[in-house]
Amino acid sequence: MSDVEPMAEALVCRGLAYSFGETKAVDGLDLTVAAGEVFGLLGPNGAGKTTAIRCITTLLPVPAGMVRVFGHDPARERMAVRRLLGYVPQQLSADASLTGRENVALFARVFDVSRRERAERVAQALEAVDLTEAADRMAGTYSGGMIRRLELAQALVSAPRLLMLDEPTIGLDPIARTSVWDHINAVRAATGMTVLVTTHYMDEADQYCDHVGLMHRGRIRALGTPQELKSDLRERRGGTAAPTLEDVFRDVAGSGLDAQGGEFRDVRRTRRTASRVS
Amino acid sequence: MSAAPAAPRPASADPADRNLDLLLVAPRARTGWRVVPARILAMCVVELQKLRHDRTELYTRAVQPALWLLIYGETFTRIRAIPTGGIPYLDYLAPGIIAQSAMFIAIFYGIMIIWERDSGILIKLLVTPTPRAALVTGKAFAAGVKSLIQAVVVVVIAALLGVALTWNPLRLLGVAAVVLLGSAFFSCLSMTIAGIVLTRDRLMGIGQAITMPLFFGSNALYPVSVMPGWLRAVSGINPLSYEVDALRGLLIGTPAHLGMDFGVLAIAAALGITAASSLLSRLAR
Repeated sequence: MSDVEPMAEALVCRGLAYSFGETKAVDGLDLTVAAGEVFGLLGPNGAGKTTAIRCITTLLPVPAGMVRVFGHDPARERMAVRRLLGYVPQQLSADASLTGRENVALFARVFDVSRRERAERVAQALEAVDLTEAADRMAGTYSGGMIRRLELAQALVSAPRLLMLDEPTIGLDPIARTSVWDHINAVRAATGMTVLVTTHYMDEADQYCDHVGLMHRGRIRALGTPQELKSDLRERRGGTAAPTLEDVFRDVAGSGLDAQGGEFRDVRRTRRTASRVS
Repeated sequence: MSAAPAAPRPASADPADRNLDLLLVAPRARTGWRVVPARILAMCVVELQKLRHDRTELYTRAVQPALWLLIYGETFTRIRAIPTGGIPYLDYLAPGIIAQSAMFIAIFYGIMIIWERDSGILIKLLVTPTPRAALVTGKAFAAGVKSLIQAVVVVVIAALLGVALTWNPLRLLGVAAVVLLGSAFFSCLSMTIAGIVLTRDRLMGIGQAITMPLFFGSNALYPVSVMPGWLRAVSGINPLSYEVDALRGLLIGTPAHLGMDFGVLAIAAALGITAASSLLSRLAR
């Protein structure tokens, strides 16, 4: 994007906090995501990942100074921040009563893509996720993996600098998960965009993320590359068995992990999404 | 948790194989007054695309107004119980039924907003560079487009039943503007209630509870002059009465207060957009 200077930090959160009534969903989140990397925000249901994402994407209001997206503060420059973001929510958010092409064209229109280049830009976004052949089919006929790729195309059509994916592979079978991640990585390689992804699949984070933040009860409990976090745990524990990222997470979250399963609404949404994609 | 998927990367996912040059450049942002018309157009296009794919709703929604005109209209035309100023009752009724069927579509539009909230579509739209008022205005006029198509169907039915409607293009343009403004208000009323009650079931209940009082508390079926005093007061603050008055004046040429009708509908739509916009964030939480 021409009006934004290249910078090393795509996203900075300092003491990010958000409460729903008495419940502190995000409680002093400190986070830095470098430009161009894939950053995984990990945690169980109810850890505060989705609330953090909603604060960053301007969906929830936060005081000035807590969040910066490529130097822009969502509290003061809401529209500027939105123009930098591509967002795929946890729910299956493509409109089943439109074709794939119409779904993407809607987002081209609301991001002010000119009429002259709209058709070509929509076609490129669909091509980027291998949906060219299915573009004129109703989205309601797509498989779960295809819908996730369609949502990716909707986010890509505006050339975002920070792509935010909230549980993008939830409920997908292993092949579809791989396909979604391959397309995320391919697009990232082609465009150089930064990717912030939330997931509770530790194996995916281990395999695909450059850095991860382990979130528990509204805060980051461990931060680093997957390898750094695993090596650190191995040194502290001793022994020869190589720990997994899930072991690291159990280590930092402690006994509180089992008690935290997310609120009823979180679990219902997760299950609903999982059942729709399967 | 399943093991890390290890399927080979499809060859087509290789970025070198494709031309993505446009996806590297952000589109030039519209600013100022241009944003609202662009968003209205975007939402209306989506509504038209949906209607093009599935016309079932269009056909099923035509049944009720057809019955009102065929049964109620034809019967009361013969009874001659309602003073209509010398015109056949069916002619008098037709504009009221157009307004009613347009209102029925708009008053339940909030259900679609809640459905879009539940399916993540609304949240995704709220992360686009679209001010909430522009999004609500876009949705309101999208509801208007749906109502307008419904109004065309009712006009055709009325014409087939022999109602003496005007075919003056300027007057028909005025009819379209009245239906759009009226639907914008009622859809915003529905979106406002959606922002308060937050669930489809509650909105459905409230929608059903207010639809009939709005309809019977207007001049759609009978003139204000035959109403008791308290109902006249209700009719005076009911935007549907102003919509019907304007439609009657434009379509069948009865005396109407077009300036006031358009003014009231425009102010009501503006207030509705303001109220719905301020409550939209509740749906995003």
